[in-house]
Amino acid sequence: MIALVGNPNTGKSTIFNTLTGMRQYTGNWPGKTVLQTQGFYRFNNRHYKLVDLPGSYSLLPSSPDEEVARDFICFARPDCTIVVADAACLERNLNLALQVMEITPRVVLCLNLIDEAKRKGISVDILSLSKELGVPVVPTVALNNYGIEDLKKTIAALVEGKLECSPRRIEYDDEVERLVEDIESHINPIIPRSLINFRWLALRIIDGDSKLLEAIRSYLHLEGEILI
Amino acid sequence: MNALKEVIPSNAEHFTEDSLRINKISDKIVSSIYREAESIADRVVSQEKGKIDWDRRVDDVLTSRWLGYPIMLLLLGVVLWLTITGANYPSQLLAQGLFWGQDRLTEFFIWAGSPGWLHGFLVLGVYRSLAWVISVMLPPMAIFFPLFTLLEDLGYLPRVAFNLDNFFRQAGCHGKQALSMCMGFGCNAAGVISCRIIDSPRERVIAILTNNFVPCNGRFPTLIALAAIFTAGAVSGTYSNLLASAAVLGIILIGIFTTFTISYLLSRTILKGIPSSFALELPPYRKPRVGQIIVRSILDRTLFVLKRAIIVAAPAGGIAWIMANIYIGNASILTHTAGFLDPFAALLGLDGIILMAFILGLPANEIVLPLIIMGYLCTGSMLEMDSLQALKELLVVQHGWTPLTALSVMLFSLLHYPCGTTILTIYKETKSHKWTLLAVLIPLSVACIVCFLLNQTALVLGFG
Amino acid sequence: MKLTELAVGKSGVITSVAGGGMQRRRLLDLGFIPGSRVENVRCSPTGNPTAYLIKGTLIALRREESDMLFVKML
Repeated sequence: MIALVGNPNTGKSTIFNTLTGMRQYTGNWPGKTVLQTQGFYRFNNRHYKLVDLPGSYSLLPSSPDEEVARDFICFARPDCTIVVADAACLERNLNLALQVMEITPRVVLCLNLIDEAKRKGISVDILSLSKELGVPVVPTVALNNYGIEDLKKTIAALVEGKLECSPRRIEYDDEVERLVEDIESHINPIIPRSLINFRWLALRIIDGDSKLLEAIRSYLHLEGEILI
Repeated sequence: MNALKEVIPSNAEHFTEDSLRINKISDKIVSSIYREAESIADRVVSQEKGKIDWDRRVDDVLTSRWLGYPIMLLLLGVVLWLTITGANYPSQLLAQGLFWGQDRLTEFFIWAGSPGWLHGFLVLGVYRSLAWVISVMLPPMAIFFPLFTLLEDLGYLPRVAFNLDNFFRQAGCHGKQALSMCMGFGCNAAGVISCRIIDSPRERVIAILTNNFVPCNGRFPTLIALAAIFTAGAVSGTYSNLLASAAVLGIILIGIFTTFTISYLLSRTILKGIPSSFALELPPYRKPRVGQIIVRSILDRTLFVLKRAIIVAAPAGGIAWIMANIYIGNASILTHTAGFLDPFAALLGLDGIILMAFILGLPANEIVLPLIIMGYLCTGSMLEMDSLQALKELLVVQHGWTPLTALSVMLFSLLHYPCGTTILTIYKETKSHKWTLLAVLIPLSVACIVCFLLNQTALVLGFG
Repeated sequence: MKLTELAVGKSGVITSVAGGGMQRRRLLDLGFIPGSRVENVRCSPTGNPTAYLIKGTLIALRREESDMLFVKML
């Protein structure tokens, strides 16, 4: 299962349509009655299920849509998450990509609309971007299928474990880092480490994100009393 | 075991106690991430100076003080004109083909020696209403949907929201309501779902309750057909389509005006509150992918809506035929019901058959006009309904429609309750019986009041 | 000065973001963070909302929101 996230207006749906062709339908993600589009494609005799998440600026959610995107990446644990970014305004898109990378390491950055960026006189050094982020970066122009094969190949390599990611970790200032360390040690005995990224959870607790705690309770089926 | 329980409240407490502190820590986290993004972007992006920013030039025109609104109206008008003009011929062709099919079916039933009621129910009831729904609906939808998706793909719709936001702000609702209204032009159910882009619950409910006031494609063909019939005589030839487009445009503007009025009233009464944040992105204009637009809008929208209409139209056509052909005393059930509704309908400038068609049409607005025709055909003489001319003959000559009747039907169609699917969607979205009920009652009372006032005024002025 | 006071065509640097809760968070998410460069690109036909260029994207804000942002003129 592959998840597709991205800022609004980055050509995310075009990427989705190009990858899945006409094999798609609108489905519900169990537990949450939010319609989302799902699709399928085959590559190298493997079946991939692609889930199109709502356009989001951030995973520190400030809208129901962004909450859905965050919850999905966090709790449905997709095998790989594609972050679609607009090459013409990379900085804003990297903000989202970095947040996704805090939750899951298996990320591909799909740098879309590079033709449009070029027209605006913007060029991106793909190799060093990939090195900086520690995840693969694939340049695409979804409108004419440029880079789509590469994208499929990269996803396959990641899912099959042929490609290792070492996503860049954001270092916060000392006060925040101290709090993170402290809270992480408290979470440790309560939630199995395999279920959620501790550092990220600790950050959200510091952030005062009470909705996430409710989400954890409903998705991970932990006993209610532990959390509240 | 209880460690987390302790950690969280203690943090939560000091955050609520000291909102400056939560701001400070949250800010640190947010800006750390952004700083990181900025520094990476700085290292890998190179910007060449001196390129012309075409988007700005285009925006200078499309959102300009003087041209912004006229261009919006013009574009909407052009879309309607293309739809009306383009749908005319294929509509007729489809109708001719399908009614040729009806004759062959009739021959077949006679040849097979089947009883009259079976032929009546299946051919005159079910098949004929299907034929009407397909020939009236398919061509306008197949033209309107791709055109609208094109505007969406180009990135024009956010500009509409940008231009209109001030009106929405004054009505106490969200500028993104313009976007959910645009979706409503396609399908109100889709429009209601798209209200999710509005974050504030109060403003979302307003947008949901008023979405019905933009005519969906199920009502467009009715509006278009009636507008075409009743403006055709006024001017000749090529201009008649322009006039029909203008008439439909006028009806849409009335719908938009109603949206603002009702939104304003709602946000001053049962949905009081201050406007929430707006923050709308104006994306760059994009080259649309025409092939994908056509395929997607035909597959996802046109066929979907058509399928729904057919599923509903077939049984409704059957029921209407049964009602017209089962007699109690010396008149059919249809005549009885229509007669019962007549006095009330007359107050609104309609008649019993029309009102019954709107009631039976609850599952899908698409079938209202076909039901009216069915109702008239069952009581009147048989006709080959293969052109707008024949329809005009039926409505005007045989059943005494005046332009005022047509206007009343169009207004009632524009304003009355949303279709069954939309009502269901509203319930799913709001999870509230109260809002769902209001979503039906508000439009219904608006429709009744407007039609009543219109007709009584006309009566007083001597137009009735 | 408030962002609202920034004239069309002028640029500034954001110094602070007032307010609290979701509304403030939303502005931060959109890139209106202290230190960001912001330009007033255009206002709508009626003068409100106004479109600002922030981190490569045009974002339209109502006056109530731009009142929450403080800038230093460039």
